[in-house]
Amino acid sequence: MSKTLFEKIWEKHVVDTLADGTIQLYIDRLYCHEVTSPQAFAGLRERGLKAFRPQQITCIPDHNIPTLNQDQPIQDPVSKNQVDTLEKNAKDFGLAYYGLQHPKNGIIHVVGPETGLTQPGMTIVCGDSHTSTHGAMGAIAFGIGTSEVEMTLATQCIMQHKPKTMRITVDGRLKPGVTAKDIALYIISQMTTGGATGCFVEYAGESIRNTTMEDRLTICNLSIEMGARGGMIAPDQVTFDYLKDREFAPRGEAWDQALAYWRTLYTDADAVFDKEIVFHAEDIEPMVTYGTNPGMGMGIRENIPSLESVDEAGRISYEKSLEYMGFKAGEPVLGKTIDYVFLGSCTNGHIEDFRAFASLVKGKKKAAHVVAWLVPGSWLVKKQIRAEGLDQVLADAGFELRQPGCSACLAMNEDKVPAGKYAVSTSNRNFEGRQGPGARTILAGPLVAAAAAVTGKITDPRELI
Amino acid sequence: MKEKINIITSTCVPLPLENVDTDQIIPARFLKATTREGFGDNLFRDWRYDKKGNPNPDFVLNQDTYKGQILVAGKNFGSGSSREHAAWAIAGYGFRIVVSSFFADIFKNNSMNNGVLPLVVTPEFLSGIFASVEADPATTLTVDLPNQTITNNATGTTESFEINPYKKDCLVNGLDDIDYLLANKDKIEKYELERR
Repeated sequence: MSKTLFEKIWEKHVVDTLADGTIQLYIDRLYCHEVTSPQAFAGLRERGLKAFRPQQITCIPDHNIPTLNQDQPIQDPVSKNQVDTLEKNAKDFGLAYYGLQHPKNGIIHVVGPETGLTQPGMTIVCGDSHTSTHGAMGAIAFGIGTSEVEMTLATQCIMQHKPKTMRITVDGRLKPGVTAKDIALYIISQMTTGGATGCFVEYAGESIRNTTMEDRLTICNLSIEMGARGGMIAPDQVTFDYLKDREFAPRGEAWDQALAYWRTLYTDADAVFDKEIVFHAEDIEPMVTYGTNPGMGMGIRENIPSLESVDEAGRISYEKSLEYMGFKAGEPVLGKTIDYVFLGSCTNGHIEDFRAFASLVKGKKKAAHVVAWLVPGSWLVKKQIRAEGLDQVLADAGFELRQPGCSACLAMNEDKVPAGKYAVSTSNRNFEGRQGPGARTILAGPLVAAAAAVTGKITDPRELI
Repeated sequence: MKEKINIITSTCVPLPLENVDTDQIIPARFLKATTREGFGDNLFRDWRYDKKGNPNPDFVLNQDTYKGQILVAGKNFGSGSSREHAAWAIAGYGFRIVVSSFFADIFKNNSMNNGVLPLVVTPEFLSGIFASVEADPATTLTVDLPNQTITNNATGTTESFEINPYKKDCLVNGLDDIDYLLANKDKIEKYELERR
């Protein structure tokens, strides 16, 4: 019987199916960060349980950590306590821990793929909605709550309903100056922020096949922003080349065996999805958001939609959103002065993003009034930036690199955008207050961020390339 | 053991906004605690209080007219971050049920794992509740979980709602998934052996 990629992996991980269809799903890998795990470990202690399969669990603090002076103790005592708690929990339960200053520290969704912990065919969970990122390597990966983290720690299983399947095909070729982030923001703008809820998405089509591994991580990362349970891309030569010789990737005979299996992980030609959606690459422009959810995005040269174009039940929210942003319906965002630029996060903290940003700012200067935070997704990314000499290109243009972490994506550390200020951010959420109370976020890709950083306003990067 | 849900009749708190994300339910800066307690105090923090920490009189949780164990919200409630702290904040504040026409997946799971029922109604039933509560804040709703019905007592209209039998059983009996999984550990070990 023909199967989708999702079904092939899912069915291999079903431990048991209850009478009502609820599935006990086996989890190959659990990633834990400091914010959503302490209560899970506490739950284990209360029940007197050990970690069931400690070798399948990796702990990395990333949300709270400062992006400067990581060799010093964390200043905020509450953040410090949370990070220390993760370290203690990892030690007490015998789990791998990559803390501050560790060469494998960084954002968990950047570190997992780049160390080869994430592999095709796996089931992967983490108490973090952007776990969908790992689907880029042909895994079933999704975010869970803390209770489910506890279940996974205790039993390596969670209770799930089989999601519906959806295929989003992006055919044709992208126009110059359009990045993977633009593909994702375009898809979300068309789907809306809840348009894929209940579904597990497979991305396919020529313009997806033509992407790099980092691009794929960006696209799958944003699946949750249209409500999808997760997103995935069938593994292919791009995936295998990326994975080969990574630290935790199989080697020798084990590699050959794994590869033979991974090559079976694709959607069969006549497999049926619950929902099929097709987009055309030539319709995608560099994107920006104008509102307070990631579905409120548009081409950089478009005008903000009118109130009348929004359905009636949504108008109160729409007006509230534009008021928060200080924008008016019908006006353009192009040319608006901005105050902050953030390059980084699990969405755009990869080496490719730094290459793109550096390529645009090379030989130019940062606008004097702009505060720019350039935060690599991990120490391995930072090392690569240096190896390629991008740090010098950035320094010449007036940009400093910070140390890895989630940083201004959710502003749990000191990297907060002040109230009322505009930030062009390569992160994943423009929710009210996400980057600091009152902060106004415009989501965009690394090229739009770079163009804004050097001109001080929203600028079509194609004018500068 | 979680608190059980059976039949609940209560007034409700209306929040007719759509796409309420978990960053609004509980902002990230309040996620630094290492226990599950106390999050109710910061539920909807940045809508509920001004920058100085004074209650914002325009926000529904600060209006004495509206109270009860049921929160009624616009579609796509709980989108965004997977933080279970959002469910802890809602439960901690005292809500037992959230009614909307549509919930984000992870929030829905997190709620049920904390004894809070995410109850999906039709858009028409939802706008009916908002209209009834606007006309009379003392309007009550009755939720009968065993029979899977919700009634707007102002209009007398009743609608049935979906919930899978396993989750319903958990909520009615105050059990959670971990109780079930721990009782089935032998199946997990068997699965691991067979997979090799």
